[in-house]
Order: sequence, then C-alpha cells, then structure tokens
Amino acid sequence: MSKFLRFSSLTKKIIMAFAGGFLMVFLPVHLGINFFILPITENHQDIFRDAVHFMTTFPLIKVMEIVLIAAFIIHLLYGFILQVQNWVARPVRYKKEGWSHTSFFSKFMIHTGVIITIFLVIHFMNFYFVRLGLTSPPEGPYRVADDHDFYFMAVNLFTNKTYSIVYIVLLVLLGFHLNHAFQSAFQSLGLTHSKYTPYIKAIGDIYSIVVPLGFILIPLYFLIYY
Amino acid sequence: MDLKLKIWRQENAKAKGRFETYHVTNISPDCSFLEMLDILNESLVDKFEMPIAFEHDCREGICGTCSLYINGRPHGPDAGITVCQMHMRRFKDGSTIVIEPWRARSFPVLRDLMIDRTAFDEIIQAGGYISIATGNAPDAHALPVPKNKADLAMDAAACIGCGACVAACKNASAMLFVSAKVAQLALLPQGRPEAARRVQAMVAKMDELGFGNCTNTYACEAECPKEIKITNIALMNREFFAAKVCSQKEMAGTSGAG
Ligand code: FES
Repeated sequence: MSKFLRFSSLTKKIIMAFAGGFLMVFLPVHLGINFFILPITENHQDIFRDAVHFMTTFPLIKVMEIVLIAAFIIHLLYGFILQVQNWVARPVRYKKEGWSHTSFFSKFMIHTGVIITIFLVIHFMNFYFVRLGLTSPPEGPYRVADDHDFYFMAVNLFTNKTYSIVYIVLLVLLGFHLNHAFQSAFQSLGLTHSKYTPYIKAIGDIYSIVVPLGFILIPLYFLIYY
Repeated sequence: MDLKLKIWRQENAKAKGRFETYHVTNISPDCSFLEMLDILNESLVDKFEMPIAFEHDCREGICGTCSLYINGRPHGPDAGITVCQMHMRRFKDGSTIVIEPWRARSFPVLRDLMIDRTAFDEIIQAGGYISIATGNAPDAHALPVPKNKADLAMDAAACIGCGACVAACKNASAMLFVSAKVAQLALLPQGRPEAARRVQAMVAKMDELGFGNCTNTYACEAECPKEIKITNIALMNREFFAAKVCSQKEMAGTSGAG
C-alpha cells in the first residue's frame, strides 16, 4: 500500500488516466442500458430487465465489475492525493492570481469530482447496495418486486421531481469533468500527435456533450410526462 | 505615466512579508518595466529607504533571471516575452500594478521579489546532460538528424529556466521546465543512450523537491516567455512510461533514483 502511495507523480498520473479511461468506456455502456427505461420499444421494460440481469450475472461482466470498482477507488484516491500535494506545493498563495489563459474546466476537476463522488454513493445506495441487501430500494409510486427490479427502482426515483432536477445538474457537472478528462488522459499517457490530437480534442468535446445529454434525456422525459 | 504599485516586501527568507504601496510619477511609456523599478529604487535610496530587491541580469530576454508576477501573471500581461522585455506602454496611465514574487514551496522567497531557484539546478544535475565528451563539431552528415526533430529539439532548448511555468501553474508544477530539458536531449541521437535513465532521475528529483503535479491545465504554456509547448510534457510522459515499462534495471547500479 505504501509503495502504491509513493509512486512518482508521473506514474500516478498514468494510473489516473488508465482508471479514468476505463470509466469513460463504461459510461456509454451504462447509458445504452438506461435508454430502455424510456418507452422506446414495445417491450422496453423486459429488455431493460434482461440487460440488468445480464450485467449482474454474466461471469465476464462480474469480473469487469471488480475492475470497475477498483478503477473508481484508484481514480478517487489518486485524484485526492495528487490534489493535496498540489495544494501543499504552493503554501503562500498569490494576492492576485489566475489571470493566465488555461483549460477552463481543468481548474474545477476536484470540485466536480467530489460532487460526482457524493452522487455516486447515493447512486450505489439506490441500486447496487440494494442488490447486495445492504440498503432498501428507493420508495415511490411503484412497488419494487425484489432487489433485482432495477426498472421500478429507477422509475421511483425519476418520478421524484427533486431527484430528477438534481440528477440533471449533476450530469452537467459530469460533462464538465469529462470535457477536461478526455483529452487530459491522452496527454498524461503521452499520446499526442500533430495529426491526431485535434481529433482527440474534438471527440472529447463531443463525448462530453453527447454522453451526459443522453443520461439527461431520461429524467427530462419523466419531468415532462409525469 | 503615473502609477500605483503594490509590491511584496519581505526582509529575508524567514520574515513574514507584506504588501507596500508606492506611487511613481512621470514615467515614460517607452521605459521598460525593470527601468521603472530602477527609478522607484533610486527614489527610495534618496529617501534612505531599502530599495526593492528584484532579479535581473541580461535584460534582453535570454538569461531567465528576471521573475516578477505582475497582475496575476508571470512576466506580466504580454505573451512570449520576459518581464525585462516589457514596456510601460503596456499599462494604462493611472492604473494599479500588483507585483509579487514567484510563489512555490520549492522556490522560497529570499528577499522582496527575489526567489531561490536552486531547485531547477538540482533537477538539471539529476540528469539534464549527456555524460560523454562530444568533441569538436562533427561533419554535418556524420550523424544524421531529421530536420523536424532538430527543430523540435531547438524549440525545447529555447527554455531559459526562468520558472514562469511553476509560477503560472495552479499546482506549482515544474513539468514544462523538466519536459523541455528532457525533450531537447531525447530528440537528438547524442541524448538517446541515457534517455531512459535521464527521464526517471529528473522526474524523481522534481518530485523530491516538492513541485506539484501536472493537471494538464496548460497555464505554463500560455505564460512561457519562450513559448515552450506542452507537447514536450506529453513527450516526457511517453519517455517516462516507456522507461518504466521497458528499461532494464539500470537505475539500481547508478544514482539509485527512480
Ligand atoms: S533579465 Fe535576462 S531574461 Fe530578463
């Protein structure tokens, strides 16, 4: 463990990038399943349940689940350690500071990161921990059949207007986080190239808008139709 | 021009320090920023007050000695120049200018606006060199170097080691400086044999000296008077990654850093 903390600054950044990159691959998968909460097909509820069933039982996915949780923990831990080191590196602040031109969202990674983490804990309590039997499913107008009934758990949450609004705000913040994160991960891994870097930046911009927007559509639907 | 200056005064490294306000009048807009400070210092000496200590040497943007954090930006508001190259016409008549020293744990203030940048020398000593005698200038075709690589190496070598990158970075990270020094050697054939060792040793030293970590905010690139590119940082990351993964246990027998 102590070796894990004593890694050089660059090694930490590389690990940060890998862990964050893995999370960025996971998000669209999550989103793909979430879309079936919406009535996009006749049997969307069944598809959603089947997908959840697959994601919670298929052995390979079970392994990926461990990798995913590890990625979360490493990303959080290193994010925190690096930030503390960065604060310590300038004990006396400037009187007038921050007038340089910088990548805007990079300045708020720790803030957006902390808020996302808080939401994740709530998110885990509403779903993942329910399945583990640690928390009770979210209450609402619909009866949740069992601890695998993620469909009605989600519907119960989204029919709550406050939850939906908070969820939307949070995803906007996630978009800010991702906007910096995407190209930053490539930079940290040293993957820059005069030919490809502009595309990486463009893809990052698109990713950070499209993915959060996709997630936002779901509470938006509930806010409008319920 | 008449100006109000808020300047950081600090007797010595241990003293607490505070901002003092000074008024300068009748300054020519064609005066350089440092000349303006000279004029102020003259007037302080006339009043038997301690002049303001600030660093300078060449005053033509090549030595990297001058180091002032002006109105929230290292080397002041102009891009691509050092503070010694900046003129007073860059400021509005009657405005207030806040002048601070570079702020970083690894750059302690010695007095007023003067800081100790020994940390940079230590990083260079850790590996910013090639340890063979290269002899006289070889024939141009003796050691082929692709033109684009030679250009990139020259761009990296433009770094004058002033520390504006550290001063600008919200994390007081020295990545741009270290990466420029790593890149200028890593890009050329003479620097290759020691590249893996060099990058690891210099990064280890940088960490040990207490500089912050890079968060890819790119303030360094925006403020660098020599316009060193952050692609050098990516190059260093790449070199470092490759060295960690691929290089044999060379470090153990040499300096022991890593
Ligand atoms: S005094 Fe030499 S670069 Fe400014």
